[in-house]
Amino acid sequence: MSKAEIFNRIRAGLHVAKDDEVRRQAVRNRLQAKASNIIPKRAQLPTAEMMSLFLEMATESAAEVIELSGRNELAQAVENWLSVNGIDHLVTANDSNLTELSWSTDTTLIRERRPAQVGDEASLTNAFCAIAETGTVMLYSGEHSPTTLNFLPDCHLIVVSASTLVGPYEDAWSRLREKFPESMPRTVNLITGPSRSADIEQRLQMGAHGPRRLIIFMLHDE
Amino acid sequence: MQVRSPEFKESARIALTDANLQKALGNLKAGFPAKRATAAARLPEFEALRDQARDLKNHIIEHLDLYLEEFERNVTANGGTVHWCRTAEDARQTILQICREQGAKTVTKGKSMVTEEIGLNEYLEKQGIEPVETDLGEYILQLRQDHPSHIVAPAIHLTLDDVADAFHEHHKRPRSEDPAVLMQEAREMLRKKFVSADVGITGANFLIAETGSTIICTNEGNGDLTQTLPKTHVVVSSIEKVVPTLEDMTLFLRLLARSATGQEFTVYNTLSTGPRRPGDTDGPENFHVVLVDNGRSEMVGSEFQEMLRCIRCSACMNHCPVYGAVGGQTYGWVYPGPMGSVLTPQMVGIEQAGLLPNASTFCGKCEEVCPVRIPLPKLMRHWRDKEYEKHLSPAAVRYGLKFWAFFAKRPGLYRLLSASSNRFLRLMAGKKGRATRLPLAGGWTDHRDIPAPSGKTFMQQWQEQNR
Ligand code: SF4
Repeated sequence: MSKAEIFNRIRAGLHVAKDDEVRRQAVRNRLQAKASNIIPKRAQLPTAEMMSLFLEMATESAAEVIELSGRNELAQAVENWLSVNGIDHLVTANDSNLTELSWSTDTTLIRERRPAQVGDEASLTNAFCAIAETGTVMLYSGEHSPTTLNFLPDCHLIVVSASTLVGPYEDAWSRLREKFPESMPRTVNLITGPSRSADIEQRLQMGAHGPRRLIIFMLHDE
Repeated sequence: MQVRSPEFKESARIALTDANLQKALGNLKAGFPAKRATAAARLPEFEALRDQARDLKNHIIEHLDLYLEEFERNVTANGGTVHWCRTAEDARQTILQICREQGAKTVTKGKSMVTEEIGLNEYLEKQGIEPVETDLGEYILQLRQDHPSHIVAPAIHLTLDDVADAFHEHHKRPRSEDPAVLMQEAREMLRKKFVSADVGITGANFLIAETGSTIICTNEGNGDLTQTLPKTHVVVSSIEKVVPTLEDMTLFLRLLARSATGQEFTVYNTLSTGPRRPGDTDGPENFHVVLVDNGRSEMVGSEFQEMLRCIRCSACMNHCPVYGAVGGQTYGWVYPGPMGSVLTPQMVGIEQAGLLPNASTFCGKCEEVCPVRIPLPKLMRHWRDKEYEKHLSPAAVRYGLKFWAFFAKRPGLYRLLSASSNRFLRLMAGKKGRATRLPLAGGWTDHRDIPAPSGKTFMQQWQEQNR
C-alpha cells in the first residue's frame, strides 16, 4: 500500500496523528475560503485603464489585436484578415456566436465546424474571458469549444468581448466558478501570445508546436 | 539514468576546457539572469509575493497528507484515477500497466523532470513501447541519446551546430543552420506523432486540491497536443506539487515564469480535470495521475524539509557560478545546479553524490533569487556535515580539517602559521600579485590564479582596529 506508506512517513515526519482535528480544520478552512493572496496593484484598475493594459500586454506577448466595435463587424474583419493572409479555409467551434454571423455569400472561403485536424490553417474561437494583468485570454473545453482548435491550426483567431475583461487572474477564477459551480471543464486554457521556443541556443523562435500567430478580435461594445 | 555524480571532478575538468560547451553556457549567462531581474523589477510586489509563497509552501508541507487526500478525492469525482507510487520502480510499473491496458505502441511526452528522475524512457523502450519527446529541447536530446542539462532549458548545453548535425542525420534533409528552419522541421516531424500516439504523458507544475486539476506551464504548446490528442492522458507528478486552491496556484504562477525565463507569464497555462465530458468533441477518454514519492516523504521532518518548497523554476542554476562554469551534465544525474546538489544526495544517496554539495562557492546567489526562499547553501552544508559524519569525505579533507582544528585551538600557533602562509603566498605570487601554481592546490590553480593576500592577516587587522 504505497499510499498508506507515504502518508505514514509524512505524518511521522510532522509528528502528527492521522485524526488530528486541528490540522483537518485548517485545511478545510483554506479550501473553503479560497482567499486571494497578494494581487499586484497593476491588476486592480478602473475599466478603461484595464482595457489599455490588456491591449499593451497582449501586444507585448506578440499577439496581434484587431479592435472592432461590435460583433456585426466580425465576419467582415475575419474575412479580410484571412484573405490578406492568403487563407481560404477556416475551422470554427460549433458555437452560434461564431456560426451565425453575417458571413458574405460571394466568397471562396470554406468554413467548417469541427475539432481541428493536422494541416488546418486557421481556427476561430470565442474566449470565455480576458485578463488584463498579462494580456491573457481564457478558454475552456466543451461541446461548442474543442481544445484542439486552440493548438493545431497555424493561426488562432480569438474573439474577446470587452465586457468579459477582468484585471487579475483571481477574477477569472471567480467567473469560472460561477459558470461551473459543480466541477471544472476538462480543459481550461490560459493563453498569452503565440507558441514559441528558445530551445536552440536560447534564440527565440515563434511558432513551435502551437499556433504561429494569435489574432485577438476585441469587441468593444459587447 | 546512470549516476555519474562520483565523477564530478573529472567531468568538471573536461567541461571547463570544452569550447563548444563554454560557448553554449555563454548563452545562458547572457540571457536568464538579466531577464529575471527585469521581470522582478517590473512587479513591485515581487519580494512580498516571495515571502507569501514561502509561507504558503510551509503550510502545504505541514498539511501535505491532507491536501493530497483532497486532491485525490476531486480527481476521482471528475472521473480520473490517482496512482500512488513510493519508489521510482513503482511508478515505472504503474505507467507501463496503463500503457499496456491501452495496447500502446507509441507514447508522446511533454517535458517532465519526474519522468527523467524515474528513468521512464529507457524503461518503456525495453518493454517495446516507443516514447517520443515533443518539447523541442527534449526532442533534440532524444535524437542525440542525451539527457537534459537544465530543468527548464534542457538542451542549453548544445550549440546550433550540434542541433543542425542531429537533424541532418535523423531527418535526412539538407543541413540547415537557421534555428527557424530547424524548428519547422521538428514541428513537421512531430505532427504525425501527436496524432498517432496511443498515450500522452505530461508532467504537472501544480496539482490543485480544490478542483482535482493538474496544470502545465509551457511555451511551445507541445504539452497541450500531447495531452489532448491521444485517447489516454497520464500526468506524472511528485507529491509536493499539490496546492490548496486556484488562488494559491496563482501566487506561484506569478513567480514561476518571472523567476525562470523572465517572462511575464508562460504562453500556455493549461488546467486538466478528469477525462473528456459527455458532449466534448475532443480530449482524452482516460485521465490518470501518477503521484511519485521517491524519497520526498522522508524529507518531511528532516533538515531538508525546506527543499520541498522548490517549484522547479531553475533560477538557482541560472545564477550559479559553478553551474555556469561546468554546465548541468557535470552534476552526473537528473537535477543539476544548487537545487540538484541538495536533491541528488537524497535520491541517489550521499555515498554517490557527496561531491555535489561540495561543488559550491557558497556565494549565496541561489538563495538570493529562489522564489520560495530555500536556504540552499545551508542545505548543502547539512549534506557536507552528513558526509563528514559518515567519514565519506576524502582523507585529505578530513585530515586537513583536523590539522586546521589543531592550530585553531592554539591561537598563538595559529597566528604564527597564518602570518607565515600569507608571506608564502605573496612569495609564490611574485610581482604580478597572482599565484598561478600552488603546491597541493592544483585543482584550483589549473584554471585560475589565486590572488596573493595583500597585507595583513585578518587577526592582525582585527587587533589593530580594536586597539
Ligand atoms: S531551489 Fe528555488 S530557485 Fe532553484 S529551482 Fe527550486 S524554486 Fe527555483
